[in-house]
Amino acid sequence: MAIEMLAKRIIPCLDCDLQVPNGRVVKGVEFKQIRYAGDPVELATRYYEDGADEIVFLDITASHERRETMTHVIEATTENVFVPICVGGGIRKPEDYVKMLKAGADKCSTNTAAIKNPELINEASDLVGSQACVVAIDAKRRYIDNPRESDERFIIEVDDGYCWYECSIYGGREFTGIDAVKWAMECQDRGAGEILLTSMDRDGTKMGYDIPLTRTMSENLDIPVIASGGVGEPEHIYEAFTDGKADAALAASIFHFNEYPVPVVKEYLRSRGVPIRL
Amino acid sequence: MIAIIDYGSGNLRSIANAFRRIGADARVTSDPQILAAADALVLPGVGAFGSAMAKLEDLRETLLGNIRDGKPFLGICLGLQVLLSESQESPGVQGLDLIPGRVIRIPPGNKVPHMGWNQLVIVKDSQLLEGAEDEYFYFVHSYYAEPSTDVVVARTDYGVEMTAAIESDNIHATQFHPEKSGEAGLDVLRNFVEIIRA
Repeated sequence: MAIEMLAKRIIPCLDCDLQVPNGRVVKGVEFKQIRYAGDPVELATRYYEDGADEIVFLDITASHERRETMTHVIEATTENVFVPICVGGGIRKPEDYVKMLKAGADKCSTNTAAIKNPELINEASDLVGSQACVVAIDAKRRYIDNPRESDERFIIEVDDGYCWYECSIYGGREFTGIDAVKWAMECQDRGAGEILLTSMDRDGTKMGYDIPLTRTMSENLDIPVIASGGVGEPEHIYEAFTDGKADAALAASIFHFNEYPVPVVKEYLRSRGVPIRL
Repeated sequence: MIAIIDYGSGNLRSIANAFRRIGADARVTSDPQILAAADALVLPGVGAFGSAMAKLEDLRETLLGNIRDGKPFLGICLGLQVLLSESQESPGVQGLDLIPGRVIRIPPGNKVPHMGWNQLVIVKDSQLLEGAEDEYFYFVHSYYAEPSTDVVVARTDYGVEMTAAIESDNIHATQFHPEKSGEAGLDVLRNFVEIIRA
């Protein structure tokens, strides 16, 4: 019996607007323009039945007042969905992790709160374990003319020059000056169990994941990396797993609008030799 | 009735939902009387070995008594690891010691935690894992059990071969999470329900 190595994970992401009862799934383009995709619980259930390896809910409204709505979404989802669930958006305190995990989530992801208060990662991982502490990083390319210009930044060669990557917070509305690769390494040291890495340059473009960024992260970390932002076709996911060395690939619109259903993506990857759970 | 042991650790709702989905009567409880009255016990667990053992302290004798009396038992993830004698994760802390051996850290060279879907290498006939060949199961752990007796029924390959499931008389345990392993995982829970009925 042939045993494959750890399967690469396919993760549909549901960006949720929780300002309506029961929430609704939306899809932004480059963090701005919005389309509606459906009911969170129904979509999550459909993706589970389609063979998704994990499901991510992101509360894009990220407000404390909407937290009860997210709790109900998670509770309703886990009645029918038996794969890991990750929740992001508005997770600010260790108690928020506990609350989401009690509702049935397996992991919580933080971005802004972790950058504002890095100790949160230590506290949360001590409390609920590293496996439940995902740090989301929204990274933006910053091109530089001279690759030797900076020591404290991780300089990466890309197809059109050299750049470093800057961490953004508040859903892409504010930049921090923090180097994304260095920050990811710090998160790992603080107890993060996984990095959810979104390329802001690629998000919504359907041009494919930012492969140099994904590969650099994966090569410099001992924890799993989820590639996100820019997928437009199954081949992009193949590239993220092979050239990008990602452990998992996250996508939203190709699944929501049925351009490439989960089984089609998985069959394609399997046919190209990627270890995939079918 | 299946008692899912609530000792302040783990994702109890998911396990209860999974049993409900397959039509089993399962209850989350920490009441020793309900545990004693139950037809079977399920010990979930996420977190560290030491803190889990500390939280289990009050239930330790109830648990050991019920298992030694032959009640079907299913340990999941850390609920498998605490069956062993000790763990590198929490030196000096004694496990339930129902399965002689120790729990060790996944060696360097692999990403840790081992997080994701792996197939099983079935090494011994197992009613719990009937139909599990070729299926994928969801793992998330940084340590794994190394029993010193012949109780391993399945391993998984993550660069190193690790214990994925053990069985010894009425004791059944999986390192993976059947409640998070899709339909293949629900089938493992169905097998456990069959074992209880037998």
